[in-house]
Amino acid sequence: MFKEAVIDGLWKQNPGTIQLLGLCPTLAITTSVVNGLSLGIATMFVMMIANSSISPIRRFVPDEVRVPIFILVIAALVTVVDLSIHAFAEPLYKALGIFIPLIVTNCIVLARVESFASKNPTLPSFYDGLFMGLGLCFVLIILGGMREFLGQGTLFSGFDLVFGEALSGVSINFFDEYSGFLLAILPPGAFLGLALLIALVNWIDQKE
Amino acid sequence: MNNFIKKNKIVGRTVLVMIIFGVFFSTILQFVYNETNPIILKSEAEAKERLLLQVVSKKIYNNDLINSYIEIPPNQRLKNKAVIKGYVAKKENKVTAVILETRAPNGYSGEIKILVGIDAEGNILGTRVIKHQETPGLGDYIDINKGEWINIFTASSLKNTSQLEWAVKKDQGKFDYMSGATITARAVIVAINEALIYFKENKLEMGIDV
Repeated sequence: MFKEAVIDGLWKQNPGTIQLLGLCPTLAITTSVVNGLSLGIATMFVMMIANSSISPIRRFVPDEVRVPIFILVIAALVTVVDLSIHAFAEPLYKALGIFIPLIVTNCIVLARVESFASKNPTLPSFYDGLFMGLGLCFVLIILGGMREFLGQGTLFSGFDLVFGEALSGVSINFFDEYSGFLLAILPPGAFLGLALLIALVNWIDQKE
Repeated sequence: MNNFIKKNKIVGRTVLVMIIFGVFFSTILQFVYNETNPIILKSEAEAKERLLLQVVSKKIYNNDLINSYIEIPPNQRLKNKAVIKGYVAKKENKVTAVILETRAPNGYSGEIKILVGIDAEGNILGTRVIKHQETPGLGDYIDINKGEWINIFTASSLKNTSQLEWAVKKDQGKFDYMSGATITARAVIVAINEALIYFKENKLEMGIDV
Protein backbone atom coordinates (compact mmCIF):
# COMPACT_ATOMS: atom_id res chain seq x y z
CA MET A 1 0.00 0.00 0.00
CA PHE A 2 2.73 2.42 1.03
CA LYS A 3 5.14 1.15 -1.60
CA GLU A 4 2.51 1.33 -4.31
CA ALA A 5 1.71 4.92 -3.42
CA VAL A 6 5.40 5.80 -3.62
CA ILE A 7 5.97 4.14 -6.99
CA ASP A 8 2.72 5.44 -8.48
CA GLY A 9 3.15 8.98 -7.24
CA LEU A 10 6.79 9.42 -8.06
CA TRP A 11 7.04 7.49 -11.32
CA LYS A 12 4.34 5.25 -12.77
CA GLN A 13 1.45 7.71 -12.38
CA ASN A 14 3.46 10.91 -11.93
CA PRO A 15 1.00 13.84 -12.18
CA GLY A 16 3.45 16.02 -14.09
CA THR A 17 4.86 13.63 -16.68
CA ILE A 18 2.35 10.76 -16.99
CA GLN A 19 -1.10 11.96 -15.95
CA LEU A 20 -0.40 15.46 -17.28
CA LEU A 21 -2.92 16.96 -14.92
CA GLY A 22 -2.60 20.39 -13.40
CA LEU A 23 -0.42 21.75 -16.17
CA CYS A 24 -1.44 25.38 -15.73
CA PRO A 25 0.66 26.08 -12.63
CA THR A 26 3.30 23.58 -13.76
CA LEU A 27 3.94 25.64 -16.84
CA ALA A 28 3.34 29.09 -15.44
CA ILE A 29 5.31 29.12 -12.22
CA THR A 30 8.39 27.07 -13.04
CA THR A 31 10.67 29.93 -14.01
CA SER A 32 13.08 29.07 -11.20
CA VAL A 33 13.82 26.25 -8.76
CA VAL A 34 12.56 28.22 -5.81
CA ASN A 35 9.21 29.00 -7.46
CA GLY A 36 8.71 25.39 -8.49
CA LEU A 37 9.63 24.10 -5.06
CA SER A 38 7.36 26.56 -3.25
CA LEU A 39 4.30 25.83 -5.36
CA GLY A 40 5.14 22.12 -5.26
CA ILE A 41 5.13 22.13 -1.48
CA ALA A 42 1.89 24.14 -1.30
CA THR A 43 0.15 21.82 -3.77
CA MET A 44 1.46 18.72 -2.04
CA PHE A 45 0.16 20.01 1.27
CA VAL A 46 -3.28 20.71 -0.17
CA MET A 47 -3.44 17.27 -1.83
CA MET A 48 -2.47 15.60 1.41
CA ILE A 49 -5.13 17.27 3.53
CA ALA A 50 -7.75 17.18 0.76
CA ASN A 51 -7.33 13.43 0.31
CA SER A 52 -7.22 12.63 3.99
CA SER A 53 -10.18 14.83 4.90
CA ILE A 54 -12.43 13.63 2.11
CA SER A 55 -11.73 9.93 2.58
CA PRO A 56 -13.32 9.71 6.08
CA ILE A 57 -16.47 11.51 4.97
CA ARG A 58 -16.83 9.68 1.65
CA ARG A 59 -19.81 7.62 2.94
CA PHE A 60 -21.83 10.74 3.80
CA VAL A 61 -21.42 12.35 0.43
CA PRO A 62 -24.32 11.59 -1.93
CA ASP A 63 -23.05 10.40 -5.28
CA GLU A 64 -25.07 12.99 -7.24
CA VAL A 65 -23.41 16.01 -5.67
CA ARG A 66 -19.98 14.61 -4.84
CA VAL A 67 -18.08 16.91 -7.19
CA PRO A 68 -19.54 20.19 -5.83
CA ILE A 69 -18.86 18.97 -2.30
CA PHE A 70 -15.29 17.96 -3.14
CA ILE A 71 -14.72 21.36 -4.70
CA LEU A 72 -16.20 23.02 -1.62
CA VAL A 73 -13.84 21.12 0.66
CA ILE A 74 -10.81 21.75 -1.55
CA ALA A 75 -11.64 25.45 -1.91
CA ALA A 76 -12.02 25.83 1.84
CA LEU A 77 -8.72 24.05 2.50
CA VAL A 78 -6.89 26.11 -0.10
CA THR A 79 -8.28 29.32 1.38
CA VAL A 80 -7.02 28.23 4.79
CA VAL A 81 -3.59 27.51 3.31
CA ASP A 82 -3.65 30.81 1.43
CA LEU A 83 -4.48 32.84 4.54
CA SER A 84 -1.93 30.96 6.65
CA ILE A 85 0.87 31.46 4.13
CA HIS A 86 -0.03 35.13 3.85
CA ALA A 87 0.07 35.53 7.63
CA PHE A 88 3.04 33.36 8.56
CA ALA A 89 5.22 33.18 5.45
CA GLU A 90 4.85 36.49 3.68
CA PRO A 91 7.86 36.14 1.34
CA LEU A 92 6.49 32.82 0.12
CA TYR A 93 3.12 34.46 -0.43
CA LYS A 94 4.78 37.17 -2.48
CA ALA A 95 6.62 34.65 -4.63
CA LEU A 96 3.55 32.53 -5.37
CA GLY A 97 0.89 35.24 -5.40
CA ILE A 98 -2.16 34.31 -7.42
CA PHE A 99 -1.02 30.71 -7.85
CA ILE A 100 -1.98 29.66 -4.32
CA PRO A 101 -5.73 30.34 -4.74
CA LEU A 102 -5.43 28.75 -8.17
CA ILE A 103 -4.51 25.42 -6.57
CA VAL A 104 -8.29 25.00 -6.22
CA THR A 105 -8.62 24.76 -9.96
CA ASN A 106 -5.64 22.46 -10.31
CA CYS A 107 -7.29 19.35 -11.70
CA ILE A 108 -4.75 17.01 -10.11
CA VAL A 109 -6.20 17.77 -6.67
CA LEU A 110 -9.77 17.00 -7.69
CA ALA A 111 -8.61 14.06 -9.80
CA ARG A 112 -6.95 12.33 -6.84
CA VAL A 113 -9.89 13.05 -4.55
CA GLU A 114 -12.38 11.74 -7.10
CA SER A 115 -10.43 8.71 -8.30
CA PHE A 116 -8.72 7.69 -5.08
CA ALA A 117 -9.82 9.28 -1.82
CA SER A 118 -13.54 8.84 -2.51
CA LYS A 119 -13.03 5.08 -2.86
CA ASN A 120 -10.30 4.25 -0.35
CA PRO A 121 -9.72 4.38 3.41
CA THR A 122 -8.04 7.34 5.04
CA LEU A 123 -4.45 6.17 5.43
CA PRO A 124 -3.93 5.03 1.81
CA SER A 125 -5.59 8.26 0.67
CA PHE A 126 -3.16 10.24 2.76
CA TYR A 127 -0.22 8.38 1.20
CA ASP A 128 -1.69 8.90 -2.24
CA GLY A 129 -2.01 12.66 -1.71
CA LEU A 130 1.47 12.88 -0.23
CA PHE A 131 3.29 11.00 -2.97
CA MET A 132 1.28 12.32 -5.89
CA GLY A 133 2.04 15.77 -4.53
CA LEU A 134 5.69 14.89 -4.06
CA GLY A 135 5.86 13.55 -7.62
CA LEU A 136 4.43 16.81 -8.94
CA CYS A 137 6.79 18.75 -6.70
CA PHE A 138 9.81 16.95 -8.21
CA VAL A 139 8.65 17.72 -11.72
CA LEU A 140 8.18 21.39 -10.80
CA ILE A 141 11.67 21.52 -9.28
CA ILE A 142 13.36 19.85 -12.26
CA LEU A 143 11.47 21.97 -14.78
CA GLY A 144 12.22 25.09 -12.73
CA GLY A 145 15.89 24.10 -12.61
CA MET A 146 16.10 23.59 -16.36
CA ARG A 147 14.44 26.90 -17.12
CA GLU A 148 16.39 28.85 -14.53
CA PHE A 149 19.73 27.42 -15.68
CA LEU A 150 19.07 28.09 -19.35
CA GLY A 151 17.24 31.36 -18.86
CA GLN A 152 19.32 33.09 -16.22
CA GLY A 153 22.44 30.97 -15.85
CA THR A 154 21.76 30.46 -12.15
CA LEU A 155 20.37 27.76 -9.89
CA PHE A 156 18.64 28.11 -6.53
CA SER A 157 18.57 31.91 -6.75
CA GLY A 158 16.04 33.59 -4.49
CA PHE A 159 16.04 30.85 -1.84
CA ASP A 160 16.96 33.38 0.81
CA LEU A 161 13.97 35.56 -0.12
CA VAL A 162 11.53 32.74 0.46
CA PHE A 163 13.09 30.48 3.05
CA GLY A 164 15.09 32.94 5.14
CA GLU A 165 18.43 34.71 5.10
CA ALA A 166 20.31 31.60 6.22
CA LEU A 167 20.06 30.18 2.71
CA SER A 168 21.56 33.14 0.89
CA GLY A 169 24.66 31.07 0.13
CA VAL A 170 22.95 28.34 -1.88
CA SER A 171 22.51 30.42 -5.01
CA ILE A 172 24.87 29.32 -7.77
CA ASN A 173 25.84 31.63 -10.58
CA PHE A 174 27.32 29.64 -13.46
CA PHE A 175 28.44 32.41 -15.76
CA ASP A 176 29.88 35.81 -15.00
CA GLU A 177 28.49 37.45 -18.08
CA TYR A 178 25.32 35.72 -19.19
CA SER A 179 22.77 37.66 -21.13
CA GLY A 180 20.11 35.00 -20.59
CA PHE A 181 18.24 32.71 -22.92
CA LEU A 182 14.90 34.42 -22.90
CA LEU A 183 12.95 31.60 -24.51
CA ALA A 184 13.50 29.38 -21.50
CA ILE A 185 11.94 31.89 -19.11
CA LEU A 186 8.98 32.77 -21.32
CA PRO A 187 5.93 30.45 -21.58
CA PRO A 188 7.17 28.53 -24.67
CA GLY A 189 10.18 27.46 -22.64
CA ALA A 190 7.82 25.78 -20.19
CA PHE A 191 6.16 23.74 -22.93
CA LEU A 192 9.48 22.77 -24.50
CA GLY A 193 11.00 21.92 -21.14
CA LEU A 194 8.05 19.76 -20.12
CA ALA A 195 8.09 18.06 -23.52
CA LEU A 196 11.76 17.17 -23.08
CA LEU A 197 11.06 15.87 -19.59
CA ILE A 198 8.17 13.69 -20.78
CA ALA A 199 10.28 12.41 -23.66
CA LEU A 200 13.03 11.47 -21.21
CA VAL A 201 10.60 9.64 -18.93
CA ASN A 202 9.10 7.74 -21.88
CA TRP A 203 12.56 6.86 -23.16
CA ILE A 204 13.55 5.43 -19.80
CA ASP A 205 10.26 3.52 -19.58
CA GLN A 206 10.71 2.01 -23.03
CA LYS A 207 14.23 0.87 -22.38
CA GLU A 208 13.09 -1.31 -19.51
CA MET B 1 -46.85 8.54 -5.21
CA ASN B 2 -44.16 6.32 -3.79
CA ASN B 3 -41.87 7.42 -6.56
CA PHE B 4 -42.55 11.06 -5.77
CA ILE B 5 -41.59 10.64 -2.12
CA LYS B 6 -38.50 8.66 -3.07
CA LYS B 7 -37.34 11.37 -5.47
CA ASN B 8 -37.90 14.12 -2.95
CA LYS B 9 -36.07 12.17 -0.33
CA ILE B 10 -32.95 12.15 -2.51
CA VAL B 11 -33.27 15.87 -3.21
CA GLY B 12 -33.87 16.65 0.45
CA ARG B 13 -30.90 14.57 1.57
CA THR B 14 -28.60 16.15 -1.02
CA VAL B 15 -29.65 19.66 -0.06
CA LEU B 16 -29.20 18.87 3.61
CA VAL B 17 -25.70 17.44 3.10
CA MET B 18 -24.66 20.45 1.03
CA ILE B 19 -25.98 22.86 3.65
CA ILE B 20 -24.14 21.04 6.42
CA PHE B 21 -20.88 21.09 4.47
CA GLY B 22 -21.37 24.73 3.55
CA VAL B 23 -22.04 25.85 7.10
CA PHE B 24 -19.22 23.75 8.52
CA PHE B 25 -16.55 25.06 6.18
CA SER B 26 -17.79 28.66 6.35
CA THR B 27 -17.32 28.47 10.11
CA ILE B 28 -13.78 27.15 9.70
CA LEU B 29 -12.97 29.88 7.19
CA GLN B 30 -14.42 32.55 9.45
CA PHE B 31 -12.27 31.31 12.29
CA VAL B 32 -9.06 31.18 10.23
CA TYR B 33 -9.79 34.60 8.75
CA ASN B 34 -10.26 36.14 12.19
CA GLU B 35 -7.04 34.57 13.41
CA THR B 36 -4.87 35.55 10.45
CA ASN B 37 -6.27 38.93 9.46
CA PRO B 38 -4.53 41.05 12.14
CA ILE B 39 -1.19 39.39 11.32
CA ILE B 40 -1.70 39.97 7.62
CA LEU B 41 -2.59 43.63 8.12
CA LYS B 42 0.43 44.12 10.33
CA SER B 43 2.85 42.52 7.91
CA GLU B 44 1.35 44.52 5.04
CA ALA B 45 1.93 47.76 6.92
CA GLU B 46 5.51 46.67 7.65
CA ALA B 47 6.07 45.78 4.03
CA LYS B 48 4.74 49.19 3.04
CA GLU B 49 7.12 50.93 5.40
CA ARG B 50 10.05 48.83 4.15
CA LEU B 51 9.14 49.96 0.66
CA LEU B 52 9.00 53.60 1.67
CA LEU B 53 12.34 53.20 3.44
CA GLN B 54 13.93 52.26 0.12
CA VAL B 55 13.35 55.75 -1.26
CA VAL B 56 13.93 57.85 1.86
CA SER B 57 16.42 57.03 4.57
CA LYS B 58 15.33 56.59 8.13
CA LYS B 59 17.68 59.37 9.24
CA ILE B 60 15.70 62.19 7.70
CA TYR B 61 12.42 61.68 9.49
CA ASN B 62 11.09 60.85 12.93
CA ASN B 63 7.35 60.92 12.39
CA ASP B 64 4.96 58.03 11.90
CA LEU B 65 5.46 57.90 8.15
CA ILE B 66 2.73 55.37 7.37
CA ASN B 67 0.07 57.57 8.95
CA SER B 68 1.36 60.87 7.71
CA TYR B 69 0.01 61.37 4.22
CA ILE B 70 -1.89 63.69 1.97
CA GLU B 71 -4.56 62.46 -0.39
CA ILE B 72 -3.77 63.04 -4.01
CA PRO B 73 -6.77 63.24 -6.35
CA PRO B 74 -6.49 61.77 -9.87
CA ASN B 75 -4.34 64.00 -12.04
CA GLN B 76 -2.50 64.07 -15.33
CA ARG B 77 0.98 64.29 -13.80
CA LEU B 78 0.97 61.19 -11.62
CA LYS B 79 -1.57 59.45 -13.87
CA ASN B 80 -3.47 57.99 -10.92
CA LYS B 81 -7.04 56.98 -11.60
CA ALA B 82 -8.14 56.93 -7.97
CA VAL B 83 -7.17 58.93 -4.91
CA ILE B 84 -3.72 57.81 -3.75
CA LYS B 85 -1.62 58.58 -0.71
CA GLY B 86 1.45 60.79 -0.84
CA TYR B 87 3.55 60.19 2.25
CA VAL B 88 5.09 63.15 4.04
CA ALA B 89 8.26 62.62 6.04
CA LYS B 90 8.86 65.14 8.82
CA LYS B 91 11.67 65.82 11.23
CA GLU B 92 10.88 68.03 14.24
CA ASN B 93 7.59 68.89 12.49
CA LYS B 94 9.38 70.24 9.46
CA VAL B 95 8.72 68.49 6.15
CA THR B 96 11.93 66.85 4.98
CA ALA B 97 10.68 64.71 2.12
CA VAL B 98 7.61 63.49 0.31
CA ILE B 99 7.07 60.15 -1.32
CA LEU B 100 4.94 60.11 -4.43
CA GLU B 101 3.67 57.19 -6.43
CA THR B 102 3.78 57.84 -10.13
CA ARG B 103 2.74 55.76 -13.10
CA ALA B 104 4.18 55.20 -16.52
CA PRO B 105 1.22 54.07 -18.63
CA ASN B 106 3.42 53.48 -21.67
CA GLY B 107 5.76 50.72 -20.58
CA TYR B 108 6.56 47.98 -23.08
CA SER B 109 3.88 45.79 -21.57
CA GLY B 110 1.49 47.75 -19.46
CA GLU B 111 1.72 50.20 -16.65
CA ILE B 112 4.82 50.70 -14.52
CA LYS B 113 4.34 51.98 -10.97
CA ILE B 114 7.21 53.94 -9.48
CA LEU B 115 7.81 55.30 -6.00
CA VAL B 116 9.75 58.57 -5.93
CA GLY B 117 11.19 60.13 -2.79
CA ILE B 118 11.77 63.88 -3.12
CA ASP B 119 13.37 66.16 -0.53
CA ALA B 120 12.05 69.60 0.36
CA GLU B 121 14.32 71.27 -2.22
CA GLY B 122 13.04 69.07 -5.02
CA ASN B 123 15.99 66.69 -5.31
CA ILE B 124 15.32 63.01 -5.82
CA LEU B 125 16.28 60.95 -2.77
CA GLY B 126 15.47 57.60 -4.26
CA THR B 127 13.34 55.81 -6.82
CA ARG B 128 11.94 52.30 -6.93
CA VAL B 129 9.80 50.46 -9.43
CA ILE B 130 7.10 48.81 -7.35
CA LYS B 131 5.09 47.13 -10.08
CA HIS B 132 5.80 46.29 -13.69
CA GLN B 133 5.27 43.58 -16.27
CA GLU B 134 8.27 44.25 -18.49
CA THR B 135 9.84 41.34 -20.35
CA PRO B 136 12.03 39.22 -18.06
CA GLY B 137 15.64 39.56 -19.15
CA LEU B 138 15.00 42.63 -21.29
CA GLY B 139 12.96 45.41 -19.74
CA ASP B 140 13.05 44.21 -16.18
CA TYR B 141 16.39 45.86 -15.40
CA ILE B 142 14.32 48.72 -13.97
CA ASP B 143 13.56 46.42 -11.03
CA ILE B 144 16.06 46.79 -8.18
CA ASN B 145 16.19 43.01 -7.86
CA LYS B 146 17.56 42.79 -11.40
CA GLY B 147 19.92 45.75 -11.50
CA GLU B 148 21.07 49.06 -10.13
CA TRP B 149 19.74 51.12 -13.02
CA ILE B 150 16.84 52.67 -11.12
CA ASN B 151 19.35 54.41 -8.81
CA ILE B 152 20.66 56.71 -11.58
CA PHE B 153 17.93 59.21 -10.75
CA THR B 154 19.16 59.87 -7.23
CA ALA B 155 20.11 63.55 -6.72
CA SER B 156 18.58 64.66 -10.00
CA SER B 157 16.14 67.54 -9.86
CA LEU B 158 14.34 69.91 -12.19
CA LYS B 159 17.01 72.51 -11.42
CA ASN B 160 20.08 70.46 -12.25
CA THR B 161 18.50 68.63 -15.17
CA SER B 162 16.74 70.64 -17.86
CA GLN B 163 13.48 69.45 -19.32
CA LEU B 164 15.25 68.30 -22.50
CA GLU B 165 17.72 66.26 -20.49
CA TRP B 166 14.94 64.19 -18.97
CA ALA B 167 15.37 61.56 -21.68
CA VAL B 168 17.57 58.62 -22.56
CA LYS B 169 21.00 59.34 -24.02
CA LYS B 170 19.82 58.13 -27.41
CA ASP B 171 17.35 61.05 -27.41
CA GLN B 172 20.06 63.54 -26.32
CA GLY B 173 19.03 63.15 -22.70
CA LYS B 174 21.11 62.54 -19.62
CA PHE B 175 20.10 59.04 -18.60
CA ASP B 176 21.60 55.68 -19.48
CA TYR B 177 19.45 52.81 -20.70
CA MET B 178 19.87 49.21 -21.79
CA SER B 179 19.78 48.78 -25.54
CA GLY B 180 16.92 46.59 -26.62
CA ALA B 181 14.61 48.01 -24.00
CA THR B 182 14.60 51.73 -24.64
CA ILE B 183 10.81 52.01 -24.46
CA THR B 184 10.86 50.90 -20.84
CA ALA B 185 13.53 53.41 -19.85
CA ARG B 186 11.78 56.25 -21.72
CA ALA B 187 8.52 55.52 -19.92
CA VAL B 188 10.18 55.44 -16.50
CA ILE B 189 12.11 58.67 -17.11
CA VAL B 190 8.98 60.55 -18.21
CA ALA B 191 7.03 59.29 -15.19
CA ILE B 192 9.74 60.38 -12.75
CA ASN B 193 10.02 63.75 -14.45
CA GLU B 194 6.25 64.20 -14.14
CA ALA B 195 6.43 63.35 -10.45
CA LEU B 196 8.97 66.15 -9.93
CA ILE B 197 6.76 68.58 -11.83
CA TYR B 198 3.77 67.54 -9.72
CA PHE B 199 5.86 68.12 -6.62
CA LYS B 200 6.83 71.59 -7.82
CA GLU B 201 3.24 72.53 -8.61
CA ASN B 202 1.77 71.18 -5.37
CA LYS B 203 4.44 71.57 -2.73
CA LEU B 204 2.45 74.16 -0.80
CA GLU B 205 -0.22 71.56 -0.11
CA MET B 206 2.44 69.20 1.18
CA GLY B 207 3.51 71.77 3.75
CA ILE B 208 6.63 73.06 2.00
CA ASP B 209 6.77 76.82 1.71
CA VAL B 210 9.92 77.61 -0.20
